[in-house]
Amino acid sequence: MSRRFNHSGWLTLLKKELLRFWKVSFQTIAAPVLTSLLYLLIFSHVLASHVAVYDGRVGYTAFLVPGLVMMSVLQNAFANSSSSLIQSKITGNLIFVLLPPLSPLEMFAAYVAGAMVRGLVVGAGVFAVTLWFAPSIVAMPHPLWALTFALAGSAILGTLGLIAGIWADKFDQLAAFQNFVVVPLTFLSGVFYSIHSLPPFWQAASHFNPFFYMIDGFRYGFFGVSDASPWLSLAVVAAFALGLTAAALALLARGWKLRG
Amino acid sequence: MSRRLSTDVRHDDVLSAAVAFHDVARRFGSVQALDGIDLEVKPGEFFGLLGPNGAGKTTLISILAGLVRADRGSVRVMGHDVVDDYREARRLIGVVPQELVFDPFFTVRETLRFQAGYFGVRRPEAWIDEILAHLDLTSKADANMRSLSGGMKRRVLVGQALVHKPPVIVLDEPTAGVDVELRQSLWAFIRRLNREGHTVILTTHYLEEAEALCERIAMLKAGRVVALDTKHNLLSRFSGITVRLSAQRLPQPWYGRVLRQEEGLFVLGLERHAELETLLADLRAEAIAIEDLALAETDLEQVFLRIMHGTAA
Repeated sequence: MSRRFNHSGWLTLLKKELLRFWKVSFQTIAAPVLTSLLYLLIFSHVLASHVAVYDGRVGYTAFLVPGLVMMSVLQNAFANSSSSLIQSKITGNLIFVLLPPLSPLEMFAAYVAGAMVRGLVVGAGVFAVTLWFAPSIVAMPHPLWALTFALAGSAILGTLGLIAGIWADKFDQLAAFQNFVVVPLTFLSGVFYSIHSLPPFWQAASHFNPFFYMIDGFRYGFFGVSDASPWLSLAVVAAFALGLTAAALALLARGWKLRG
Repeated sequence: MSRRLSTDVRHDDVLSAAVAFHDVARRFGSVQALDGIDLEVKPGEFFGLLGPNGAGKTTLISILAGLVRADRGSVRVMGHDVVDDYREARRLIGVVPQELVFDPFFTVRETLRFQAGYFGVRRPEAWIDEILAHLDLTSKADANMRSLSGGMKRRVLVGQALVHKPPVIVLDEPTAGVDVELRQSLWAFIRRLNREGHTVILTTHYLEEAEALCERIAMLKAGRVVALDTKHNLLSRFSGITVRLSAQRLPQPWYGRVLRQEEGLFVLGLERHAELETLLADLRAEAIAIEDLALAETDLEQVFLRIMHGTAA
């Protein structure tokens, strides 16, 4: 096994990551689904009659559903890898992952795949419970686009969570990363609105937010309409994913903040 | 506990060292934790690594385990470099860490299964059952790690280190905070593994444990090896006597021979019995009352103290 990929190793780490969030599924799955449902009930009730999106071609509640699904995917993918790493670092049990013959790529693959699964499971849960409020969105014109952006978005946030988990030395730092980076970028990415409803300056600013492309591309899969071209969104998302992957692998290879 | 463990290790005839440290150095800020460590542990050996706090024992073991990187030098496990050939080197060692760490999400069996999987062990259940039996953990196999006592958690750490059947076992202070009964059963288990061919490297603060278990011993002080020999040679090299003397003070020239001093008690190392008479004469000359006096043959603790105090012969 000396040079070959340690399949057993990374699959075991993936299984451990899945079992870790599954054992506390009320907190990791049910709670974010309920939160998204509350967002939908409140925002759609308050704003449905005031906001027109895509020139009125799409109802506000239907518009909101893919945004909330993708927001759940992104936030939970980030939460999974980041919380797993910081907990292991602080309690010291990360040593059980550092002692075995796991390469940086194998560790990366396991943590990110675990994060993707949690993000996608929560996203599917949000989709299931919100469908009742906007049944028309089942007729997706481009489901593959939606799937592509869901996979890419969860992988990106899983990787970002991995980097944040490596960087943070305490829960406070991780909470700051989540509250001052991830949440603002998610909320300002067009989850609750189309960026065409914004003033020109904020429309332009939104194009510098990579989260906007993930959510806009995902939404294209549901409506065949989007604020940016899905191909442009795919290019931005792919570039972002590659950059973060390279950074995460470099940190793991250096053992930064993991190996003394 | 009567079954034989199925981990018998065969050593390659041409392999001269199970673990070889060559010129290993590591600095943390202004502290030179290791300063050019050179030593080899032979295959099948029970090797002790002793030293006071801060001597560099844990840093050395962390470099061996790949948890810390050396500034210079190299470490090989059965010929495999721990950096360039880390997969094979890590597969060959099992480390019991000093800290009592565990993952609170999982049961004992899940913990062992995961560790086996990381190392690529296929169908580990039979071996896991055997480990659980030998560590008296069978009844706790499905208990959450959080519910275990400190001693049980320590045993799970030993199990995790053994789950991939490594030929080299590294124990970093494995009995710290462990009660006497458990300590005895743990050592019986480790001794058995050593008899079956496993190389064991032990760091401990309990010098009587090192004296009872280790064949060869290295003593570290301020990141350097200050003694490296068989236990027999170390004990015979310091074949003097130890005097435990209860008195208010000592004649001034004898303070240089004090190995340890507590309230009203002086432990002195003498090289010859004849020196005892001189000591008694000096005490009488200064009218110092002897409240109690006991003699003992040199043990590893005295050797350790002499070396650390720089009073080696």
